[in-house]
Amino acid sequence: MIVEILGVAVSLLGMFAGFGVLIGLLFGFFGMGGSFLVTPALLVMGYKTDVAVASGLAFVFGTSVIATLKHRDLGQVDYKLGVLMIAGTTAGIEVGKFGLHWLQDIGLANTVVSVAYVALLGGIGVFITYNALKSGDSGGVDHDAEGMDAEEAAEDIPDIAKKIQSYRIPPMMSIKGGLTVSLWMILGVAFATGLLSGFLGVGGGFIRMPALFYLIGVPVPVAVGTDLFEIVFSGGIGSFLYAMDGAVDLAIVVPLLAGSALGARLGAAATSLVEEDDIKVYFGVMLLLGSVAVAVREIGGAIEMPVLNTVSLAIIVGAAMLVSGAVVVNSIRELRSQPPTAAPQSAD
Amino acid sequence: MFGLEAAAGPTGAAILIGAVLVEALVLYVGYGLLESALGPKIARMLRGE
Repeated sequence: MIVEILGVAVSLLGMFAGFGVLIGLLFGFFGMGGSFLVTPALLVMGYKTDVAVASGLAFVFGTSVIATLKHRDLGQVDYKLGVLMIAGTTAGIEVGKFGLHWLQDIGLANTVVSVAYVALLGGIGVFITYNALKSGDSGGVDHDAEGMDAEEAAEDIPDIAKKIQSYRIPPMMSIKGGLTVSLWMILGVAFATGLLSGFLGVGGGFIRMPALFYLIGVPVPVAVGTDLFEIVFSGGIGSFLYAMDGAVDLAIVVPLLAGSALGARLGAAATSLVEEDDIKVYFGVMLLLGSVAVAVREIGGAIEMPVLNTVSLAIIVGAAMLVSGAVVVNSIRELRSQPPTAAPQSAD
Repeated sequence: MFGLEAAAGPTGAAILIGAVLVEALVLYVGYGLLESALGPKIARMLRGE
């Protein structure tokens, strides 16, 4: 007998809530990632591409609302930059959405989205793992950055960003951190990340935040805060556009969000206990395993071996559990090694 | 779920996204209260005090 709540099996709700805790823990700890594991997982589970993308976007929207609320008091949001990013991202999402629908019409959506995921997850996974093994310094969002002064952070602007900023194509605009950047560069980055957001059903944060820092030179703390502010709108607009076609499935979004909100708090609390560099290599490996999982699923479809779908899902969930488990174990270990007075009471 | 998916179009989409927003706000407040109430106790418990 299958127990149901509002017509949805309790086991399915529990599974999504549990997966949400894992994803939220990763999102809360690393400040990025996690969300782009949702759409591949839904694809592996057999959901239609538009439902997987739309529900992934709606989940990203809800998660980013919670994350932005946590960061709003830190003064790390550049609203002017955020509004410009929203304008460019909206255009990108529209183009991405039409691109996905066109691919669905010609029957290539699943293949193209999956291949794009393999390339993105694998590429970023290699980048983060390589940097973690090399120096352990530049593969993701440093938690120390959140407590960093914006001007102090501006001194760490990458050379490539300084080069790009030297091309002063008017109109120019000033952003937090005392920088002046071409409006066109900002809109270009925003459009490109919006394109990915609409096409792949991701918030785009794992591309946009590094792009804001590496390409435009926005100080990391401001890039993180503004990115979160922007994801609220890009995720909201993207999911709204898909919801008009009835593609958002609340039976997926509601339990995922309930789980991820809890996981995000646990992950955020863990950031005050564990050095990110200790875990970063696990995160890179998890992304690589994610790309392998999508590739396995595609191969299974091509050679008509449905069992590979199950193998693929097991790899995705296993990878998330591996990294989440590493975060939790390291947090508890650190907590037990601290004297009572030094232990943090809360991450917020 | 909740019958909201059946209402397609701009109004239905707005209601659906609004529901996700409300859930996010409720979760933020609810888990925040839970963390305030139980966080220190759980931390002490994990430290073995």
